[in-house]
Amino acid sequence: MNIDRREFLKGAGALVVWFSIPELALGQAQSDPKLQQLDAWLAVGADGQVTVFCGKVELGTGVQTALAQIVAEELDVAFGRVFMLMGDTALCPNQGPTVGSQTIYRAGPQLRQAAAEAKKTLLEMAAAGLNAEAAQLVVTDGVVSAPNGKNVTYAELVGGKKIGRAFSGAAKPKSPEKHAVVGKPIPRVDLPGKVFGTHVYVQNLRIPGMLHGRVVRPPMPEARLERVDEVSVKSLPGNVRVVVKGNFVGVVADREEQAIRAARTLKVQWTQGVELPKMADMLAFTRSTPSRERVLAATGSVDAALGTAAKSHRAQYYVPHQMHASIGASCALASVTAEGATLWSPTQSSFNLRDAVALVLGMRRDKVRLVWIEGSGCYGHNGADDVTADAALLSQAIGKPVRVQWMRHDEHGNEPKGAAMVMEVAGGLDPQGKVAAWDYQVWSPGHAGRPAANGPGNTLAGAQLGLPDNLSPTGADRNARPTYVFPNSRVRLHLLQSTVLRVSSLRGLGSPQNTFANESFIDELAHAAGADPIEFRIRHLKDERAIAVLEAVAKLAQWAPRPAPRGGSNAGLSGLIGRGVAFVHYDNYSGYAAIALQVHVDRASGKVSVERVAAAHDCGLIVNPDGLRNQIEGNIVQTLSRALLEDVKFDTAAVTSLDWARYPILRFSDVPDEIAITLINRPDKPSLGAGEPAAAPVMAAVANAIFDATGVRMRSVPFTAERVKAALG
Amino acid sequence: MTTITVNGKQHQVAAAPDTPLLYVLRNELELNGPKFGCGLAQCGACTVHIDGKPARSCSVPVSAVKGKVTTIEGLGTPEKPHPLQQAFVAEQAAQCGYCINGMIMTASAFLAQNPRPSEQQVRAALDGNLCRCGTHMRILRAVRRAAGGAA
Repeated sequence: MNIDRREFLKGAGALVVWFSIPELALGQAQSDPKLQQLDAWLAVGADGQVTVFCGKVELGTGVQTALAQIVAEELDVAFGRVFMLMGDTALCPNQGPTVGSQTIYRAGPQLRQAAAEAKKTLLEMAAAGLNAEAAQLVVTDGVVSAPNGKNVTYAELVGGKKIGRAFSGAAKPKSPEKHAVVGKPIPRVDLPGKVFGTHVYVQNLRIPGMLHGRVVRPPMPEARLERVDEVSVKSLPGNVRVVVKGNFVGVVADREEQAIRAARTLKVQWTQGVELPKMADMLAFTRSTPSRERVLAATGSVDAALGTAAKSHRAQYYVPHQMHASIGASCALASVTAEGATLWSPTQSSFNLRDAVALVLGMRRDKVRLVWIEGSGCYGHNGADDVTADAALLSQAIGKPVRVQWMRHDEHGNEPKGAAMVMEVAGGLDPQGKVAAWDYQVWSPGHAGRPAANGPGNTLAGAQLGLPDNLSPTGADRNARPTYVFPNSRVRLHLLQSTVLRVSSLRGLGSPQNTFANESFIDELAHAAGADPIEFRIRHLKDERAIAVLEAVAKLAQWAPRPAPRGGSNAGLSGLIGRGVAFVHYDNYSGYAAIALQVHVDRASGKVSVERVAAAHDCGLIVNPDGLRNQIEGNIVQTLSRALLEDVKFDTAAVTSLDWARYPILRFSDVPDEIAITLINRPDKPSLGAGEPAAAPVMAAVANAIFDATGVRMRSVPFTAERVKAALG
Repeated sequence: MTTITVNGKQHQVAAAPDTPLLYVLRNELELNGPKFGCGLAQCGACTVHIDGKPARSCSVPVSAVKGKVTTIEGLGTPEKPHPLQQAFVAEQAAQCGYCINGMIMTASAFLAQNPRPSEQQVRAALDGNLCRCGTHMRILRAVRRAAGGAA
């Protein structure tokens, strides 16, 4: 593309310092050779504004604010001076996709080190002019002062000069006890625009001369295009153009409502596709789908220990397909000419999606620029990438800029779904009530079908052109391995070789499902052992941070130890009260979260209401405690919705949960009265992510609370009123 | 041509009479506040006021709009914020923020009718507005704060 950072910065002010940061800034070995050449760019303008060029993006989680805090902290400038430019492939370094609760964990240390290097350089430059040693200098909001009373600003120091620095590794970031900006609940920079209606989401972006497009999708998997009757839209207003390429069908019109009408009216014939299995058969279908077995962990002799256990138990769990269900239907704009393409996209993966769309367009990737613009919250791989490829193909076909916003039925119907999963656990207790054997199996496809150079067919448009797709096995095993220490333990993944619906990453990937099974089953064993669920968990833990979150949540929830469910003592009451707990060490390396919650179960209707939730959370050094609480609350409420209500419905042809009536989510009348949170800050530990950990234990905590209230085990998500009523008998 | 009054100004719009008000607001008047969520009046992201009453602009044909339309841009500005806008910032009551237009427009019409609501009334008033990020607890706090209650 004909824009680069140097040019961009010329217009913006003085470029000052740039660094090439090797991955050792992460403080850990990293095998990706591309990352060795990562440049993170910081620019100080003539006005003292610091621009950070960041490959990660804001998805509504507040990282734009938190990352700016880290930079302001290390540079010693006021927080308001730091501007984050995010996710533009022409301007920003490729720091990988914004996924997996890894932004603060990975990009945080990179930016911290970059800012520390920048400050070190600036102090060295200042020292000479101020006639002082660099070590004696003090910086307050970008003003460098010497003991002799002289001072100079960062902007004056760099005054238009370009100063390049290779990463030295010599700059030492501040020690946490000196933090003045990191650790503070700084209000989010994006919020005022969002409450005054001025924030520009991609849905609000207008490009001069743009037209509006919509797409028409095949009605069944593998249905092929037979015939498009262009005459059917000929009389419609808006200069309707029909675009057909391979199996891709779309329309473009002058105005949005005209494009919508044209897509609705266009007559398209498709061949018969491949039928989906019956929803009612999904559990058996999933278990019998051809799979590859991977042993994820094996300790001791599980089969022998199960055979000799004093008590043994076995249970099977199921979580259906669930969806991201973004409130805003996905939207993107594209301007494609023979010379090159610009894409405006809310993607999580600027660089990978650029590569994939370049292949969809048949262009070299250096001819394609992707400009990230915030969209509706995505919670993983929703329709954002697909709609970007749609807009690109339509723009290429007609040679004008095109905006495409999916309709609600496009989003619900065609976004990649969170995969359905089956988990089975067998366990045995020794005579002392400790777990002697643990045998875990999970049946799941991979959870990462994101578009990239190796999978342009991971976009719907790419697939409709016949380009190759690629479902990575990532995520199926997430939190399959328990954190508990058992003498005999085995964890097996049956990695499914095909999927029923198109699936990809939904918040937590396989973690909420695996944690549902693990944390339900440990509860079942606690009951079998006649032990309190929290005490029983701690009995099997060695990780002190794991124990700490469980103890903290017990305190916060004023947990009363109970070796048996109160279901019995609830007999005869119409409303049953119960409490459940669950825990996760997210992805076995990241944050720790424990949840204890109280449910009310209405015996007549079966309706489960979650009344109060307590959460304890440890993600290392906290950057912004209020942003962190916001994420924890969001994780909990969203996963309560998944636990209580969500189940993607489909018939033999396609998804039928095409709107909010047919895919209900939790509403205000059903959210808890209170969510109380204990944050465990660990300034001596690296910051870990918070975008997913608190989601993982929620399903199990609800199931365990229902068991406490009723004595009935719910092993299939969601716990709808109908299902609970049926289970209560 | 259809004439509509939005945020105190009259506009002649070229859209066909059956065009949903939302598309006129967004594409012709270039207002960013009301959002397309579902086009089905199910989620509330597109909410505006018509003569002070909340309306789902995705499902109101522009020709049917007889009253005065207020969007969130007309409700308040950073210089002169509506109490709810102040409260949403004070409570940091957004994540992605896509639904927040609807939350504030629905709540402002509600509080104008019922300035001292109970918790149950607030929840009932917002029950037709969907939030996917799970920001409900903060949104409720913000509405309580704007209503003058303890947040």
